[in-house]
Amino acid sequence: MTQYLCRKPNLDDFDEVYQQIVDMHVGLSEEESQSANAKLIFTLANHIGDPDVIREAAEIARENTLQWRDEVS
Amino acid sequence: MPYVPTQYEPVVPAAVDTGTVDSTTVLVVGAGPIGLACALDLGLRGHSIVLLSQNSRLTDGSRALCYARRPLEILDRLGLGERMVEKGVSWNIGRVFFRDKTDPVYSFDLSPVKDQKLPGMINIQQYYNEEYNIEALEALDNVDIRWGNKLTSLEEADDGIVATIETAKGDYEIQADWLIACDGSSSSIRNMLGLNFDGETFHDNFLIADVKFKKEYPTERHFWFDPPFNPAQSVLLHKQPDDVWRIDFQVGWDIDRDEIVKPENVTLRIQAMFGDDVEFEFEWISLYTFNCRQVDRMVQGRVVLAGDAAHIVSPFGARGANTGFQDTDNLAWKLDLIINGQANGSLLKSYDEERSPAARINILNSTRSTDFITPKSKISRQFRDAVLQLSSTHEFARGFVNSGRLSLPVPYLDSPLNSPDTDEWTGGVAPGTNCTDAPVMCGNKRSWLLNHLGWEFKVLIFSGAGQFTVEQQQELKSLANDDIPVSCIFVSEDALAGETVLTDVQGLAAERYGIGAGGGVYLIRPDQHVAARWRELDSGKIRDAVQRATGN
Repeated sequence: MTQYLCRKPNLDDFDEVYQQIVDMHVGLSEEESQSANAKLIFTLANHIGDPDVIREAAEIARENTLQWRDEVS
Repeated sequence: MPYVPTQYEPVVPAAVDTGTVDSTTVLVVGAGPIGLACALDLGLRGHSIVLLSQNSRLTDGSRALCYARRPLEILDRLGLGERMVEKGVSWNIGRVFFRDKTDPVYSFDLSPVKDQKLPGMINIQQYYNEEYNIEALEALDNVDIRWGNKLTSLEEADDGIVATIETAKGDYEIQADWLIACDGSSSSIRNMLGLNFDGETFHDNFLIADVKFKKEYPTERHFWFDPPFNPAQSVLLHKQPDDVWRIDFQVGWDIDRDEIVKPENVTLRIQAMFGDDVEFEFEWISLYTFNCRQVDRMVQGRVVLAGDAAHIVSPFGARGANTGFQDTDNLAWKLDLIINGQANGSLLKSYDEERSPAARINILNSTRSTDFITPKSKISRQFRDAVLQLSSTHEFARGFVNSGRLSLPVPYLDSPLNSPDTDEWTGGVAPGTNCTDAPVMCGNKRSWLLNHLGWEFKVLIFSGAGQFTVEQQQELKSLANDDIPVSCIFVSEDALAGETVLTDVQGLAAERYGIGAGGGVYLIRPDQHVAARWRELDSGKIRDAVQRATGN
């Protein structure tokens, strides 16, 4: 299957981006953080503009989460 | 005064007394919008039709209210489109509200797409559509509308069906070569045939109040997510002809169904919405719940299902009657050819092959709207609310807001009736897709392209002057004498004497059909869908494509 999602490291400064994402939540309640995360996802999804990329990214996120569920239990 | 449903005289056919078996070519069961359109389409083609309605009056209430462009184009082919648009209400401005904010989170303008005859959407009460259609049927001698006639049993045979019909004065039997079941979501014919009707029930209720206000309100569509006057639920407000407004409240699953529809209780809801001093009178109150279901096949032997009998969707996005009209549009020309002996019965298979996927996509679309409007989990509500908040300040997020999508036709891109492209095309109308309208001149009269297409196979020829040889032109003319006649519509300076010539004054037809300098040829089915297209004129290829498009 053709892969559309970039699976190689693609950022020059990972620390910068990580901090940006964490800082987005400063001073937000748990519920507001959920909302901010959702808004970030929709904003990036629109920027990416390609449902195949988003589908693959969602698969990675879901599968990895399920793997960790199995390892914990 | 609220609308009083039109009453018709119950019919007791002679067969009730004589005991003889009545007969007809096509028996259409159900006189809702789809049964009526089906009877009109086949009736205008000259076939003998008996149309049964178990009731002898029209439905009460506005019911199927929104008519999208493609169904209007179909009704226009049947001669009802202009009247519908004239009576109907077009709305362009939509506003989306969220929680207690009095300003909309955003507004949109669906300004009419210019240069097509019919608007993208109108609102008009179902009973107007039915009345116009019935008037057209009453003018046809070959159509027999039988009010108060109920089909109670059915026997299938290879060459037709025999049905038992109940009237106020007794039963009779009728033999028909074909039976078309347009008997609605709880179709008894579907049950008699033992067809599966699988899908999903949505555990929610919606309360419709059709009201007339004393005061004027702007002709806009307003949609509220989670407003204070209906917390955690949705409300939709839009306008109908005769200054009637439809208010649609989502009311949840766990309700007292008798209490909620009492006018005094609905009044409280409307006062909460518009203020205690709001003055109005009720036209109609109705409570509904919905399912998304689809029959496993739309054709069984000599019985064909259409409309809600074959598939039901949520009301979001107006896909019920709208998709039903597209069923009969697809069915009528095929059945016409079969009855006339110009195609064999297997052509009907393509009705199922084209319309079943369309029903699936309609269900998908309406389910997506439903999931946005009524989120089923905490996380989906969080996402929904996040999108609504984001859309108030960022236009890019508004595309995610789904308060019901405009119903668009589903093209038959994978249909076996299509002849796939062999030439290079950029844009235009791909095989299996419904034709796009365009303004044209016919002689010195303003006209519309779609009004020249449909009813039979047509070749739409775009060409410059002197492009075709005399032999090619003679070959084209001979297509009209084939078993399945094909007539020519020229968008050209190079037409044959006696053929329809259209002038593409604004160049929009050429643009919409992807016509470059070299011209182009489209073969158009009787339902205004493209069967094939070529860059070069070749009557041999046209004949092959007609054969393919008719299953021959």
